[in-house]
Amino acid sequence: MPALTLENIEKRFGKVVAVRDVNIHLPDGRFVCFLGPSGCGKTTLLRLVAGLENPTRGRILLDGADITHTPAHRRNFGMVFQSLALFPHLSVAENITYSLKVRKVDRRERLRRAGELLELVQLPGLMDRHVGQLSGGQRQRVAIARALAIEPRLFLLDEPLSALDAKLREDMQLELRMLQQRLQITTILVTHDQREAMTMSDLVVVMGPDNRVHQMGTPLEIYRRPADTFVADFIGTSNLLEGVCSEAGEVTVAATRLAVTEVPGGISPGDAVTVSVRPESIHVLPGREPGPNRFCGRVSFIRDVGSSVEIFLDCGDFQIISMSTPKGRPQVAQGDEATAELPADACVVLKR
Amino acid sequence: MKAQRPRGIGAYLAFFYPALMLGFFFVIPFATMVAVSFFHRQPGAFYIPAFELDNYRALATPLFSRVLVFSLLLGALCAALCVAAGLPFTYFITRLKRRFQVVWLVFLLAVLSLSEVIIGFSWSLLLSRTAGISNLLVRLGLMDHAVSWSPGLAALVLGLCYLAFPYTVLVLYPPLSRLDPALPEAARTLGASPLRTFFTVVVGTLRDAIVAAFIMVFVFTLGAYLLPQILGRPHHWTLSVLITDQAIYQSNMPQAAAMAIFFMGVSLALVGLTMVLGKRRRPAND
Repeated sequence: MPALTLENIEKRFGKVVAVRDVNIHLPDGRFVCFLGPSGCGKTTLLRLVAGLENPTRGRILLDGADITHTPAHRRNFGMVFQSLALFPHLSVAENITYSLKVRKVDRRERLRRAGELLELVQLPGLMDRHVGQLSGGQRQRVAIARALAIEPRLFLLDEPLSALDAKLREDMQLELRMLQQRLQITTILVTHDQREAMTMSDLVVVMGPDNRVHQMGTPLEIYRRPADTFVADFIGTSNLLEGVCSEAGEVTVAATRLAVTEVPGGISPGDAVTVSVRPESIHVLPGREPGPNRFCGRVSFIRDVGSSVEIFLDCGDFQIISMSTPKGRPQVAQGDEATAELPADACVVLKR
Repeated sequence: MKAQRPRGIGAYLAFFYPALMLGFFFVIPFATMVAVSFFHRQPGAFYIPAFELDNYRALATPLFSRVLVFSLLLGALCAALCVAAGLPFTYFITRLKRRFQVVWLVFLLAVLSLSEVIIGFSWSLLLSRTAGISNLLVRLGLMDHAVSWSPGLAALVLGLCYLAFPYTVLVLYPPLSRLDPALPEAARTLGASPLRTFFTVVVGTLRDAIVAAFIMVFVFTLGAYLLPQILGRPHHWTLSVLITDQAIYQSNMPQAAAMAIFFMGVSLALVGLTMVLGKRRRPAND
C-alpha cells in the first residue's frame, strides 16, 4: 500500500492555478523528489502535503486514511523549510526539542533525545549554543534534527540546501540520503536542481511550467525514457530532433530515415514527432559518411572539460550535441566535416 | 577604506543645527529645571537662587507617594492593555493583503491627528449618562436605564489606551511584518496549535519589540495630564496633574521641578529594570 496518495489535487490562489490535477502514489520508506522549474507548483504541492495549504479540490490519503482536512499540527510530519525557520530566540536544544515540549515530554527525556539527535546529525555538544552562532551547515543540521525529533511519519524538505555553497551542498546531499536510508523514513524533497534530484532520490516526480506532473519514475527511467519533450529537455541535455513518423519503427528527420526501436502507442504514420537522443549515446565519425541513422555536418564547437568532451555538430537546420569520454574522443577538430550516428535504441520518440 | 571626513565649515554646519536645536530646546530647559528644583521658594513672589533640599524633602508626603504609585500603576496597566491588544491586532494586520494593511495603518494614523483635548471630551461625552453609549444600549434593550461611566477609572484607562494604541501598533508593525512566515509554520508542523504558536514563536521572537512598545506606552501615559482631569475623578489624577497644579496654580516652581525630576528618576529606573528583565534570557550573540 502506498504511504501517501494524492488524488486529483488542485490548488488555486484566486485565479492562479498553482497545482493542477495531481495524481500520485508515493511508496513507503522511499526518498521522493518533486523536481521542476521555479513556479511549477512543487513547493505548493509539498505545503499541501504538510497541511500548510488546503487543496481547492482533491484528497490526500496517508496509509489509507483521509488527511485532507487534518490541520498541520496534527499530522506528525517533520518539515525543513527553505529559510530553515530556526527559532531565533531559542537555543539549539530548545529548537530541537520544541515538538517534544509541545507533546509534554518531560525535561530529562527531552535533553536525552536532543543529545541523540545532535549525534545523528553529527553536531554533538552544541546543545546550549544559540542558533545565531551557528554556521550555515550547522543550522541546516539543526533544522533537520528538529524535524526528526518526533520520528515523523513523513519527512518533508523544501529546497533546504539551496542556500549552501556547492561543496557543502554535495556533502549534505550525501549525508541526507544516508540518514534517510538508515532511518527508512518516507521523505519528500522539493528541488529545482535536477542533479540533486537524480543523485538523491528513489523516485522523481517531474513537474512542468503548466503546473502538472509530467512524469514519475526512478531517476534512470526518467533520464532514459522521458515521457515528453519537456522532461527530455529539462532533465539533462537532450538532442531534440523534429520529424515525421513514417512507418512502424522509422521516423524521417530532415530527409534522413531514422530507425527507432519503439514507437509509443497513440502515434500513427504521418504524425509529427520529436526524437530525443542523449548526447552520450551519439557517436561521431570523422568525415562525411551518410547512411541510415546518420547526420552529416560541420563541427562548430568542441568543449573539453577534462572528464568529458562535447562536440557540437552543425547540421544546417539543427544542431547535434555528442558527448564522449576523453578516451573515446573522435578524431575531429573545429571546422571539420563529421558524421553523427544515432543508435536506434537510444532514440526516444515523443508526441509533439 | 578610509572614512571620508567632512570638509569645510559647510559640512559641520549640518551637525551644528540639530545640536543647537537640541541644546536650546531640550538641554537648557532641563538644566534650568534641575537648578530650579534646588532653589528657594519665595511665597507671594517667585523663587530665589539657592541650594537647598527642602523641595525634595517636601515630597515625603502620603499624597505624593499615593499619586506616584497610582501614576506608575496606571502607566503599567495602560501599557499592558495596549500591548496585549496591539500585538494580536498588528499580527492580524500583517497577515492581510498589502492593500488592506495600508487602509488600517492610514486609519490608525488618522486617529493621531486628533488632539488630546478633543479625544478627552469626545469620550467624556460618549460615556456620559445624558448623551452617551448607554442610551444606545437602553434603546437596544441591553440595559434598563442610562448610566454615567465618566468620570471614572475605566473611562480614564480607555481614553489613555485610545491615545496610545496607534503608537503601539506603529512600534510593533515593522518587526511583525518582517517576521519570517515560515517561523509560525514551522511551529505548526512541529505540533503546536495556532494559539500556542502565537505565544511561543511570535511573542518569543518579538520580545524586544514588545518590551519597546510596553516602555513607550508606559512613558507616554506618565506624561498625560489632560485626560486624567477630563475622564478621571480627583483621586485618579496622576503626578503630571499634580505637577501642573504646583507649577501653575500654586506658583511653586521649585516644588514642581523637584516633583518632575524625582518622577523622571523613578520612571527611568523602572524603564531600565524592564529592559534588563526583557533581555535577561537573551544570549549574548545574535
